[in-house]
Order: sequence, then structure tokens, then C-alpha cells
Amino acid sequence: MIRVALPYHLCTLAGHHQDILLDVTPPITISSVLDALEFKFPMLRGTIRDHSTKKRRDFLRFFACNQDFSNSSPDTPLPPQVAAGTEPFLIIGAIAGG
Amino acid sequence: MPELALGPLFESLRMSTIRLLVGTKKGAFVLTSDGTRRKWSVSGPFFAGWEIYHLKGSLADPNRIYCSQSSGWFGQIIQRSDDGGQTWHTPGSKPEDLQGEHGMPKGESNKFAYDTQAAPLTTHMWYDGTQHPWEFKRVWHIEPSLTDPDVAYAGVEDAAIFKTTNGGRSWHELSGLRGHGTGPQWQPGAGGMGAHTILLDPQNPGRIFTAISAAGCFRSDDDGQSWRPINRGLRSQYIPDPNAEVGHCVHRIAQHGGRPNTLFMQKHWDVMRSDDGGDNWTEVSGDLPTDFGFPIDINANDPNTVYVVPITSDSLHYPPEGKLRVYRSKTGGQHWEPLTKGLPQQDCYVNILRDAMCVDTLDPCGIYFGTTGGQVYASADNGDSWNAIVRDLPAVLSVEVQIIP
Repeated sequence: MIRVALPYHLCTLAGHHQDILLDVTPPITISSVLDALEFKFPMLRGTIRDHSTKKRRDFLRFFACNQDFSNSSPDTPLPPQVAAGTEPFLIIGAIAGG
Repeated sequence: MPELALGPLFESLRMSTIRLLVGTKKGAFVLTSDGTRRKWSVSGPFFAGWEIYHLKGSLADPNRIYCSQSSGWFGQIIQRSDDGGQTWHTPGSKPEDLQGEHGMPKGESNKFAYDTQAAPLTTHMWYDGTQHPWEFKRVWHIEPSLTDPDVAYAGVEDAAIFKTTNGGRSWHELSGLRGHGTGPQWQPGAGGMGAHTILLDPQNPGRIFTAISAAGCFRSDDDGQSWRPINRGLRSQYIPDPNAEVGHCVHRIAQHGGRPNTLFMQKHWDVMRSDDGGDNWTEVSGDLPTDFGFPIDINANDPNTVYVVPITSDSLHYPPEGKLRVYRSKTGGQHWEPLTKGLPQQDCYVNILRDAMCVDTLDPCGIYFGTTGGQVYASADNGDSWNAIVRDLPAVLSVEVQIIP
């Protein structure tokens, strides 16, 4: 199972305040994980990436295993630890600064 | 609040429930009282931490409330309550909604896709005078149908109107508004380019008015399929042609249901009036201390009694002299009186935004407004006196009132 960690406000929106466990058909990529996430929690559609273009929203970041996947291609394979469920795929709200 | 004499009127008012729906920079709040409007309870915040531009209940089913929830991080969300604001859900995400026709989740209640098939729907004017693609940013205003709780209209930024016919599960654009011809001339102001006012004519089904910053007013007589500008008589010194067909920064328009052809407008500068459904406008600022402001509304029991909240100027968004004064005209404009009883008359530097004032339908009429300082003021006597029913909310973006029988 793939583990996904959401920022606070998306946890509230999804009604799920723990890491989300997803059954994802390989290959395990950014795109396949987000597809599975939105399938299970359709209220998240449009909040992480654009409905039509699938482009990441500007103020969100994708991290895993201390790597930044925010600007990676959606088809980029995620690390084996994410695929194995030992490390989460992190969806992070960018800091506001100030 | 003034003391009402105990008697049939008091008993009648006491039987009603008043529900104020307050949208703020950091969540939504529901304030309730009985019809005497003396004591209020506050529930919320709902959607804490999110900007709530607007929430409004259906006249056809007061327990059906639509809410626009947005965030710079996560974008637009539409929330719906079917129990008067106690519980909420994103339409289409209940378990029974999860599977669509093809086995895929819907999750489209926050999908606002513009019709961009062909010019003139493809671009509008950008700040530098070039043409720029339309980009959805947020829902500024939701106007539920007067008769069907599953139908509602959403005014959005970049300026367009969308409609739902399935309780908010999905939305489709009424592209005749952007597509009637002047769309490519519309240009955002500093606050963006939003369709912020939607008025549904109660006596002429299919007639809809909208106002857009900074494009002006538009009217449809066929339920939003086709539109035309209605800005004759507006004069705006901040655009190259002060009398142009479009480009006016209309802040808000108001209509009395009993006299729907008369409209009142708070423009960027100027308070205006039309008596022919918006075809022609005349200025009625009269003796106001300043005619800049945002909200405007009409007493439910008297279509000639109008309320505005003058703001110093477009550069100084606070009341003149630091005195918070609602101005009331009992003559349909021109002659205005300050209403000050119960409102701060020194050191007050808040603003009152366009969707942050409303009136109820009781007699005497109740008037409500929220400030960027987090106060919500109420009057239960046509504006003669005021009371802060809550003081320390986040900046108030919108206030709507419901009377629950």
C-alpha cells in the first residue's frame, strides 16, 4: 500500500486525519498515486492539480525520501521505499513566508 | 437594541428565527436569533482557515445553503449544507455520489471550466493592454434560484457566470455573458475582475442582472443565455472614455422585489438609480459626504428607502473622519441622513465590503453589515439604532440573512 500524507486543510476536506493508504497499480508514479488519491477522495480533485491540465497547483510541493518531486514529470517513478509503503509520499503546502 | 413594546408584534417576531450567514477571511460563521433580534448565538468557524467569499441560502429551501470556500494553496471548493448550516459536504462526494456513469468519481463541484471554443471567448484585456487568456480564480458570489434549491448561479473571477442544475455537483458556464461582444474589452482592476452581483428578478422569470468589476452591469432576459451591457448614464473619470459602454467599476447593485425595474447602484464613485431595468441610470448621490463605497441595499418594506456606507475615497478605504455611519435615503436617493446610534463615532478605520450588507424581510426591517475589523452590526429598527452582535471575527467578506419560519 502507498502512504500519502496530506496538508492539514486537505485532511479536513477529505475527512481523514492520518496518512492515507492507497492501493495503486504499478508503475508507482506521481500521476498514478494522485489518480488513486482522487479516486478515493473525489473532493480533493482540483485542490492538488488542475482538473483538466493536471498541472500541480503553484503553492503545493511533492516530497518523498528527502527528494523534491515538485517539478518532476508526472510520470516520474517514485522511490522504491514509497512503492513499498515504508516511506510516505508527502504533499506539502508551500510556506507563506513573511 | 431598542425595547419593543410587549404585544402581538413582539410575539410574532419572537416566533421567527433569524440566521445570519457570515463569510470571513478565516472561515464561515452562523449567527442566530429570534425575530426580536436582541440576543444572538454564534456557531463556527466552519472551514476554519479558508477564505469564505460568500454563502447564501435558498429561498425555496432555507436549509439548503451554498458556500464558496477558497484558498491560495488549494483553490476553489464548493460546500453545501442541507440542514441549515449544521453539517456540510462537497456536492457529489457523498458515498452514493462517488460513482459516475462510467465508474469514475465525479468530484466536479469545484470545476469551473470556461467555454473557450472561439473568439470572443478566448481572451480579455490584461493590465498592459494586451489580450490575456481567461483564468478561473475563485467564486465571489453564489445566488440560489428563487424557486428550485438545486439551481444556483455562481459569479466568478475572472468574470463569468456559471450555473448548476444539480445542487452544485457540476457547473456550466453561461458563456453568452463573456461572448456577447465586449468581453475582450474587459480589464481587471487592482482587486481583480470578478462577477460579484447576481440579481434574479422575482417578477420577470428569466431576467438576471449582474455586475462586474471593472466591466459594468449586464442584463439577460432569457435566463442567462444572452446578455447586453446596461451602463448608459454611468460616468467614470478613471477610464479613457468616461461614458464608455463598458469598463465601469460597479461595486454593487440592489433591487427591491416589489419594484424590480428600479435598481440602485454603488459605483466606484457615485450612487446611481435606474427606473427602467438598467437601461438608463441617473446619479442620486445628492448630499452624501462622499459617494465612494461598496455595499448598497434597500429596505424590504419600502422600495424608496436605501442604505449605503460611505467610504472616504478609492485611496482611503475607511469611513470619513473615522466615524462609521450608514446613510439612509427615504426618498430613493439625493437626500441622505446619517445613522450613527450605536456605531463608533471616533477612531474607526474599517471597511465594509460589497457583499457584507443585507436586509431582512421583517417589519421593522433589519439591516446587517460586517466590517473588515471583524464586527457584525445589526439594526432591528430600519437603521435607527445599531448594535454589534459580534466583535472579533476575522475580516468579514459577506453577510446574508435568512428568515426561518
